[in-house]
Amino acid sequence: MLKIIDLHASVEDKAILKGINLEINAGEVHAIMGPNGSGKSTLASVIAGKEDYEVTQGDILFEEESINELAPEERAHKGVFLSFQYPTEIPGVSVTNFMKTAINETRKARGLGDMPANEMLKMIREKSEMLEIDRKFLSRSLNEGFSGGEKKRNEIFQLAMLEPKLAILDETDSGLDIDALRIVASGVNKLRSDENAVIIITHYQRLLDHIVPDFVHVMFEGRIVKSGGKELAHELEEKGYDWIKDEVNA
Amino acid sequence: MAFENLVDVDSPVHDVRSEAIKEFETQGFPSRRDEAWKYTSLNSILKHDYSVFPKSENHIDYNDIKKYFIHDIDTYKIVFIDGKYSSHLSETTHDGVDICLMSSALSKPKYRPVIENYFNKVATKDGLTSLNTAFSQEGAYIHIPKNKSVAKPIQIVHFSTGNEAALMLQPRNLIVVDENSHVQIIERHQSLTENPVLTNTVTEIFADKRAIVDYYKIQNDNENASLIDSTFINQKQESCATVHTFSFGGKLTRNNLSFYQHGERIDSTLKGTTIIGNKQHVDHNTLVHHIEPNCESHQDYKGIFDDNATGVFNGKVLVDRLAQKTNAFQANNNILIGDKASINTKPQLEIFADDVKCSHGCTIGQLDESAMFYMRSRGIPEKEAKALLMYAFSNNVLSSVKIPEIKQRITNIIAKKLGVNIGFDL
Repeated sequence: MLKIIDLHASVEDKAILKGINLEINAGEVHAIMGPNGSGKSTLASVIAGKEDYEVTQGDILFEEESINELAPEERAHKGVFLSFQYPTEIPGVSVTNFMKTAINETRKARGLGDMPANEMLKMIREKSEMLEIDRKFLSRSLNEGFSGGEKKRNEIFQLAMLEPKLAILDETDSGLDIDALRIVASGVNKLRSDENAVIIITHYQRLLDHIVPDFVHVMFEGRIVKSGGKELAHELEEKGYDWIKDEVNA
Repeated sequence: MAFENLVDVDSPVHDVRSEAIKEFETQGFPSRRDEAWKYTSLNSILKHDYSVFPKSENHIDYNDIKKYFIHDIDTYKIVFIDGKYSSHLSETTHDGVDICLMSSALSKPKYRPVIENYFNKVATKDGLTSLNTAFSQEGAYIHIPKNKSVAKPIQIVHFSTGNEAALMLQPRNLIVVDENSHVQIIERHQSLTENPVLTNTVTEIFADKRAIVDYYKIQNDNENASLIDSTFINQKQESCATVHTFSFGGKLTRNNLSFYQHGERIDSTLKGTTIIGNKQHVDHNTLVHHIEPNCESHQDYKGIFDDNATGVFNGKVLVDRLAQKTNAFQANNNILIGDKASINTKPQLEIFADDVKCSHGCTIGQLDESAMFYMRSRGIPEKEAKALLMYAFSNNVLSSVKIPEIKQRITNIIAKKLGVNIGFDL
């Protein structure tokens, strides 16, 4: 589904990604871990198409086509979704209206008409119930005044509504208490299928106890320096990252 | 003066007109040397050879201009074509209230007491207003006696047909709302061709004790039409007057909006949304004069400027020494989208009382890039994302519109202006 080949990216001439190689197939969950500043969030933003980053070398293939030159909305239309680490507050745009616009624009790009209003309402009701989101919350301005946990739950609500092929969860666990973490994780698990894939970016093991990864990658200084199965996450939880740094520097 | 022959010498306002002619002869048109016109030059619109008194009577079909009305609700209509009253497009009344024409109010004896008490009593004596006072022949005359709530909103619509190569219009409205009465008014100026039109309109509004006046100005004319709108509102105690100004069209638009509070516990609200591009220019020049204690004023103006568009906001709040416990709020927020767009914003607070709450804030910014990326990453294309953000930015102004059909209409105009076909929140 996703194939990243020797990806280099920089912001304002500062190289951040220095040769990432990664292949993700449908049905898989990949965790990307690593110390602060290793480039995890940058990788997520580059896949989603944030224009502040310049890809200087390499390629990103999504379903065997390069998406390097595509606008963020075009990537979204193909089925790429990024759950933001810090979701932006947008005063004056309600969660519902935002979702309606996003879904209908995506449908338009795929050659479909607007989703019928009753179908939309039904979907909103089902998905918000799944994530234990209060109805009142849906008429509030997007992310404005939301608590950290509400913002993250709202991100997963959007994920559930848009049903992407590839979901990238950028530190979705930060700012979540244990109950919210459980709700968010069970939401993501319900959405998993043989046809979609998930990338989980995290510092900690705890989200991975709920959403069990097939592969764990460790990023350090803009590269993936170690890959393994889910047991690698436990090892990192126990020993920290220093041994990885030592290995790389050796 | 030759124009004297064209105005009614027997009218009770004859002396007022003669005075006004002298005022205009002395002052002329304002220039950028005048502080209040520093950022708005009339040169480019005064170069045309305007015809001032169109001779021909022009007819237009309702179906051709229906879209310029709020037509999905029942309303009174006072409609003018090239400055002349159009009876077939209008729906006036004398049933308990007077919703009719300025020309008949000025000529018929039964209106004389109201005219003598109110005509030209709150309008200032500046050059442009004097020009209007001197030569205006037509406009809306609305008198709501006490304890009446007018059941339907009133639309005042001025069309110009372009049958004259260039036309100058001088509409004059007088609106007198007596004690405890309530009226809703929608005003619009619309030219139907690309020929240049300059409208110099003056509106005087008198809100007596506990009266409620809701006034909506929809400014979405084509880009060869210019509008100078001077509106003066005189309020008495516990009255509540609100003016919403929606500016999307026109070449040059100048809104002079002045409130005078003569009484206690008065509420004055001034709201505006401006969304313009190309070489359009919109200038809001507001004044709230707090004269007596315990009154409030709220000003909230949002502006979005694309391309080479230019904007001006000059908001003056004057609090007299006697006007203790005044609560005056003013905000002017702007977004510049075009690299060559500009806004000059100038809050002007003159406070002579010592126990008041006055706040003002103005901001000039760009669209939030992180919000743009967030929306686009959800599949909302750049243009639509921009439009949603701009709509959201100006939504504060729309939220206080009390007539849903107006809200819907403004929303549609905004969507069209921004070139998108998406539903906004209502």
